[in-house]
Amino acid sequence: MPAGWGGYHTRRATHSADLHDRGRRAMLARLVSRSVTFSKALRQGSREAGMKIKALVPMGHGINCELETRYALELAGFDVVDTVHLNFLARGEVDPADYHIIVFPGGFLDGDDMGAAQACANRIRHSRVKAERLIDRLTRFVEKGGLVLGICNGFQLVTKLGMLPASSGDYTRREVTLTGNDSGRFEDRWVHLVVDQASPCIFTRDMVRLYLPVRHGEGKIVGKDAPFTETLVERHLAVVRYASPDSDAPTMDYPANPNGAELAIAGLCDPTGRVFGLMPHPEGYLHRTNHPRWTREELPEEGDGLTIFKNAASFLRTA
Amino acid sequence: MAHRVEVSLKPSLPDPPGRRLKARIASDLGIVADDLRVVDEYVLDRPLTGPELELLVEEVFRDPVIQEATTDEPTHLPFDWLIEVGFRPGVTDNVARTAREAVERTLGTKFGPDEGVYTRKLYFIQGRLSPKQVDSIAGGLLANDLIQTWRVYAPGDDRRVVSVPRVTSKSEAVVQRLNLDISDEELVLISKEGVLALSLEEMQTIRDFFKNPQFLDQRATRGLGAEITDCELEVLAQTWSEHCKHKIFNALIEYGSPGRTRTIDSLFKTYIQGATEKIRKELGDRDYCLSVFKDNAGVIRFDNEWNLVFKVETHNSPSALDPYGGALTGIVGVNRDPFGTGLGARLIFNTDVFCFAPPDFKGTIPPRLLHPRRVFEGVREGVEHGGNKSGIPTVNGAIVFDDRYLGKPLVYCGTGGLMPAEVNGKPGHLKQALPGDRIVMTGGRIGKDGIHGATFSSEELHEGSPVTAVQIGDPITQKRMTDFLLLARDRGLYNSITDNGAGGLSSSVGEMANESGGARLELDRAPLKYPGLQPWEILLSEAQERMTVAVPREKLKEFLSLAEALDVEATDLGEFTDDGFFTVSWKGALAVVLPLDFLHGGLPRMRLKARWEPPVHAEPSLDANTGLTPVLMDLMGRWNICSKERVIRQYDHEVQAGTVIKPLVGARMDGPGDAAVVRPVLGRFQGVAVGCGIAPRYSDIDTYWMMAACIDEAVRNIVAVGADPDRMAGLDNFCWCDPVQSEKTPDGEYKLAQLVRANEALYDISTAYRIPCISGKDSMKNDYHIGDTKISIPPTVLFSAVGIVPNVRLAVTPDFKRPGDAIYVLGETRDETGGSEYFASKGFVGNKVPKVIDPEASIRMYRALHEAIKAGLIASCHDLSDGGLGVALAESAFSGALGATVSLAHLVLTNVDRDDTALFSETPSRFLVTVRPDKQRAFEQALAGFPCACVGVVTSDSKLHITGLTGHVIVDADIWALKQRWQAPLGV
Repeated sequence: MPAGWGGYHTRRATHSADLHDRGRRAMLARLVSRSVTFSKALRQGSREAGMKIKALVPMGHGINCELETRYALELAGFDVVDTVHLNFLARGEVDPADYHIIVFPGGFLDGDDMGAAQACANRIRHSRVKAERLIDRLTRFVEKGGLVLGICNGFQLVTKLGMLPASSGDYTRREVTLTGNDSGRFEDRWVHLVVDQASPCIFTRDMVRLYLPVRHGEGKIVGKDAPFTETLVERHLAVVRYASPDSDAPTMDYPANPNGAELAIAGLCDPTGRVFGLMPHPEGYLHRTNHPRWTREELPEEGDGLTIFKNAASFLRTA
Repeated sequence: MAHRVEVSLKPSLPDPPGRRLKARIASDLGIVADDLRVVDEYVLDRPLTGPELELLVEEVFRDPVIQEATTDEPTHLPFDWLIEVGFRPGVTDNVARTAREAVERTLGTKFGPDEGVYTRKLYFIQGRLSPKQVDSIAGGLLANDLIQTWRVYAPGDDRRVVSVPRVTSKSEAVVQRLNLDISDEELVLISKEGVLALSLEEMQTIRDFFKNPQFLDQRATRGLGAEITDCELEVLAQTWSEHCKHKIFNALIEYGSPGRTRTIDSLFKTYIQGATEKIRKELGDRDYCLSVFKDNAGVIRFDNEWNLVFKVETHNSPSALDPYGGALTGIVGVNRDPFGTGLGARLIFNTDVFCFAPPDFKGTIPPRLLHPRRVFEGVREGVEHGGNKSGIPTVNGAIVFDDRYLGKPLVYCGTGGLMPAEVNGKPGHLKQALPGDRIVMTGGRIGKDGIHGATFSSEELHEGSPVTAVQIGDPITQKRMTDFLLLARDRGLYNSITDNGAGGLSSSVGEMANESGGARLELDRAPLKYPGLQPWEILLSEAQERMTVAVPREKLKEFLSLAEALDVEATDLGEFTDDGFFTVSWKGALAVVLPLDFLHGGLPRMRLKARWEPPVHAEPSLDANTGLTPVLMDLMGRWNICSKERVIRQYDHEVQAGTVIKPLVGARMDGPGDAAVVRPVLGRFQGVAVGCGIAPRYSDIDTYWMMAACIDEAVRNIVAVGADPDRMAGLDNFCWCDPVQSEKTPDGEYKLAQLVRANEALYDISTAYRIPCISGKDSMKNDYHIGDTKISIPPTVLFSAVGIVPNVRLAVTPDFKRPGDAIYVLGETRDETGGSEYFASKGFVGNKVPKVIDPEASIRMYRALHEAIKAGLIASCHDLSDGGLGVALAESAFSGALGATVSLAHLVLTNVDRDDTALFSETPSRFLVTVRPDKQRAFEQALAGFPCACVGVVTSDSKLHITGLTGHVIVDADIWALKQRWQAPLGV
């Protein structure tokens, strides 16, 4: 079972500077809600690969999909999944460098006041961890080979931080944003996505199409200018795009394209393919019973969304 | 000096919110503007240098990809009219709170005590509109005068002056003393003018208690005089309010019905609690109830590791005045009930039921009321923001329309939670504040918002209804607090927790004091949003997002430092004691000294009379027309039957990834579900079904059968999707019009008799079905009375049901699945068209109200159906309710994108000789079921002995083809035409 919330402890941040590794691990146990329980088969897989893969799932300030995101990572075979309050990251009490992947879950960061994730982007840019900022730790994490996945509000956050699409390798400059749906309203509905087979994205390897729920009011991707958005498609950074049920062609038709996103883009990756974000919720389709028509269709037991997390795990194991 | 930042979308980009508003102005007000764009304005009330302002624009306010910004200079956008809308001083402004935090973070300095951030919206309108039209856009749609101010600018008007809506009250905070040794008239006046909602008898009881020598001695030894303080009077008024003490439900009632008079000693104890006690006794060691009626929400066992918590509340009066704020506060407020039950629960689903006047209401809107369309949209949006931003899926709901809800809309908000069966070795559903524990308030600060909410909602809506009763919820402050408190719970940092809802600290601390035996509150330590509150206001304020917890002294430091680490405000406000008193001090001097037994037990009991005379309505003589296709088409488009997809889609019903049966189902995912099924523990397959029953139309004939129908419908809803009828729990929410006979309410005795009858039915049906009520609430003054206009709502009960679904993989939906499947109707159909949607569509009420005549037989049939569901024999299952079999057939057909051929002659009928009666009667206890041909035999065996008839077959075409009792074709309709009518009224 997911370990719930039990592992949290607070500690005054008086001693995070020079802890040796053992002390550091002990403190970490107090700061994070950790789950290390997963199926036997998956456990075996990790032993064979010989490396423990660790995932960090931030929570707090309005994030609200952390439990199912954590569950998705557990199902995908991550050995350690830590749910950590953003404040512990912002104060440097937990260091992203101790993980292989950060998954920013969906939610309503700071209520999406002033624009989706806008205030949290400010928090990450302006939270000081000793001599550096939290954003510096995140960019270093990416530059050193870490994986980042942003889902819905998490995608809005990494995009507004500039970590996506980071077309020139600068992870701190905003090139694309997510703004209000053309419909002018929040909507919960399922969408079809086509995957760019030529994308460097490691999360969508060997995937062709996906069927996932969207649940957002500000999911419309807008680039800094129209030609720029086109280059994202040309460079295969527009990993997933909205399509109608019976066609592989990206569509601007509502509701197949639920928000009017430019060039029907639903998700982006950076040029390395290791940072990926999307508006639809892969953690919302982990099991057959998540599917909106499961009572009337023959469906596989596992949902489309799980593959994204599994791809991340297998990339880390083979990397 | 205050600075101003204005942020607008680049002119080249479309503005969807602006476009949506423009459409609403056209549809709601009939005013056509050419263009409308919305601009955000931030007023920064603190000194800032030019470079600081520039930094803030880039780092806080502007999205460089899509936005432009101006600083201390008006936005340059073309307009014919500009409307500026801002909050009144002191009204909760969530965006400003977020902006303020970001500004502080970016500059690295905090705001001073007199400094702040305020937001406004600017609406740039192009079009040839008259000043009067612009005023009606501003006052009639964009702004609510109660909480907002607005100003209109024409091109050329000076817009450079920055006004700051700072709270400026500088009145000194003092505790006043009152002399109650005055005439009865003066006592009544004090109650009325102070919005205390205390009766003369109650005022006299208080006056007399303050003459009790022993009590005066106790006061004297503590250093407080004989006169009552304003704080004490307010605490008593709040604690004794109808809202908090349910005086009518606890009254001694003399009930007269034709030929019989008897005395009822408390409706609540006799019928509601009485039924639950009887059921629990019968269940014996299979009793799954853990905590009923005593805590903020009811608790039942989910499995060995988890308990299920459920509560539904109403927030009607505030929603009448400010639909958005009222509904938002309603949902985030009810969230705190399961959250504050036992040692606390994680919230897993919301359910929302609204009652409005029809959106196309054409009559005159009386003073202080809003058009139902505006109420609808405001409430919808409030619940959207409250639910979605809290990350709780809104999985179930209903919207009911009746002209009489113009007087007061009903806004029912419910929340389920999951708590560990054990927390640190202690049962999760129990709590106990201990003497010596610290009183700690967490979450938001206290302001003037929501003062007198408890007493205000204990009165009808009148001219003097206080505007301070209105609040705006802040889901993010609450989310931060609940994230923190769940951690604190699991680390064992508190002994008890309760929410600050109606009555604020007075209520939360006053109630928790019962656990330990007393409390001493140091009121002057409470954190305020702004200065200028009187002590009694601080005590009574219902400012949102606050929980009160009892923290053991030795854990206080750890509790407070965890709060600080997570940006949650937590303040030590005093101590729980065991001295038997609720004591409050203000700056060292006593402001309240009240014995708990008087506070909670001193209230004089109401004695009321109820008299039941069954009403007689005209019985319609409708033509026995054989062509019922147009009638069915008509019914599909009625407000109470039509699709609510437009609303449902705007609620996140899937967050937490456990919504197995969603509110929209079928081949195109737009058919109506009966109930939701949630799988709250990911990785396990046991689920919870959530459904509801509501049938106010039947109240016009007999509230007994109204209540019976509600319970039956709620139970059928959850059984239809797969809930186990032997593991259900219910929740009753009564919304009544004033049932106390008085000059204002000359028919009070009848209305009280209606209440008695509803309670009798609750007892009879719930004990027969063995569905224990675990919690509930009543709201008794849903009347509007200004001038000569009085509008009373129809007596309305929402009965909510939860049930355990043993294996969610076997859950069932109502959509037809395959051509060739056999169609069955379970249950007999009687001539019960009274109060039906069919009669209503013809302008009649009638008298033959739908009855649950044999509840014991009904529940046996539901158990048999459940066994059939568990055995996988059922392809689809739909409960029959509004519009009867005709509407259910249409819904199941178009949801499944399949047709059907049905013969009414095969139905199990009693006293039915007309096709329209057979098709549209709303007889309860019925289901529409389809079964695969290869499973028909097993299904029929499973239902042997029950009224169960195979009436037709699912077809692959798109026709709904129904033949009548004599074999004539009575309905021949295209399912897509039916669906179109069904979707047309509210859109998708």
